[in-house]
Amino acid sequence: FPGLADVSISQDIPVEGEITVPVGSHSPDEDYSTLDEPVRDTIMRDLKAVGKKFVHVMYPRKSSALLRDWDLWGPLVLCVSLALMLQGGSADSKDDGGPQFAEVFVIIWFGAVVITLNSKLLGGTISFFQSLCVLGYCVLPLTVAMLVCRLVLLAGAGTISFIIRLIVVMAMFGWSTLASTAFLADSQPPNRKALVVYPIFLFYFVISWMILTFTPQ
Amino acid sequence: MAAADELKFQEFDDAANLLAATPDATTISIDEPAEIPKNQHSRLQEPGREEDDELLGTDDSDKTELLAGQKKSAPFWTFEYYQTFFDVDTYQVLDRIKGSVFPVPGKNFVRLYIRSNPDLYGPFWICATLVFTIAVSGNLSNFFIHLGKPTYHYVPEFRKVSIAATTIYAYAWLVPLALWGFLMWRNSKVMNIVSYSFLEIVCVYGYSLFIYIPTAILWIIPQKVVRWVLVVFSLCLSGSVLVMTFWPAVRDDNRRVALATVGTILLLHALLAVGCLAYFFDAPELDFPAPIIPAHNGTTVTIKSH
Repeated sequence: FPGLADVSISQDIPVEGEITVPVGSHSPDEDYSTLDEPVRDTIMRDLKAVGKKFVHVMYPRKSSALLRDWDLWGPLVLCVSLALMLQGGSADSKDDGGPQFAEVFVIIWFGAVVITLNSKLLGGTISFFQSLCVLGYCVLPLTVAMLVCRLVLLAGAGTISFIIRLIVVMAMFGWSTLASTAFLADSQPPNRKALVVYPIFLFYFVISWMILTFTPQ
Repeated sequence: MAAADELKFQEFDDAANLLAATPDATTISIDEPAEIPKNQHSRLQEPGREEDDELLGTDDSDKTELLAGQKKSAPFWTFEYYQTFFDVDTYQVLDRIKGSVFPVPGKNFVRLYIRSNPDLYGPFWICATLVFTIAVSGNLSNFFIHLGKPTYHYVPEFRKVSIAATTIYAYAWLVPLALWGFLMWRNSKVMNIVSYSFLEIVCVYGYSLFIYIPTAILWIIPQKVVRWVLVVFSLCLSGSVLVMTFWPAVRDDNRRVALATVGTILLLHALLAVGCLAYFFDAPELDFPAPIIPAHNGTTVTIKSH
């Protein structure tokens, strides 16, 4: 190599160093690695997401948080608490009592799956789990109604308590239906909206009926 | 050159001008098929008309026969295959419901409304609504009947929902299956002009159950006469839709077989209505004052009305 004959390296420049590149603490991967964080942070992040979605359901605006980052924790918690609160009815002695825990669970989840399949078959553009998420979260007003009903029934079971329960359940039923329609109706083809909204109405009606007819032992 | 002129692009005149220039040229005209008018009452008054035309609808039954072959082309394991069964708009579903409640005399429900586009939306959701309507109405009616009695404790009777669901879905799917199998078997023996696909039969049965929804709501009224009048009335309406649909399919057969088929259809339909009324709705009791009989040991015995 004739050109390299002119290159000379002076003796006082050190030709040494480290070959390995250290993994610096400012690498961007470190921020998304959740393996080392405290457990409390992990749990609080999910709880905050669920709580944010609850707020979106109670004050339904056209926000896409429910749709984009779907999760099924909220629906599970709501379904289990609703099914638990519907127990303790007059189901212990006779066979014709209120719905059992498994029946409430199956009605809510199977009903949500059937409604989701129905809206997809009619040409909706929403994804399967997004629709399940919305339908599950919109059970929240009815769970609140169940809580109120149980508290009212503690005070007495007469006609006035029945009227109060009726009004509360009807209001919450309307709220649930309107909230879920607000989230789901946009993803449907325009001339089939009523075909998609009607099963949602039937679903929340059945849940409201179960809440309203709950009679303690 | 003349050849070069002939090869140049030429504008063609309107067909009328061309025909005026060469009146002897052969012409082919393609017309749009006539629009189907919804009300075809005018055709009923023509006595010379074939009965088939009245029952089969207008002339575009040819078009529907052609279309029937082009519809469901996706393989059955894809989602698109099942989407073809839900290819209805809101107004179509409402029209089909209207057609099942107000049967036009002489018109075939399948040919008039379904038109080779059977859907599963109507049958499925009408059955679901009927299940819950019967369960809720039965519960309400029992509540009002037993309201004043001191020994009555209200129970929601949730068990009955699953029983209602089993009964109604079995009726809406197994009876059409049996009927379709029977018609296929008879078709192999007797050449029928009218044959229905399984989905069309399911569609007719599903939509014919719609009349029972308001009937079930009105069954809350605790009067025996009112309930039985409602049963007869709804049976007439939906039964006539079923008879008018299936009579052309068995008409060419042996007379007794045809009558037995139609009779069985009506009988099963009536059994469903009467069975639901009997099981879900308690009989309204008559109120008469209970006589008091003095017993031997001095205590009075009251005979309760039952």
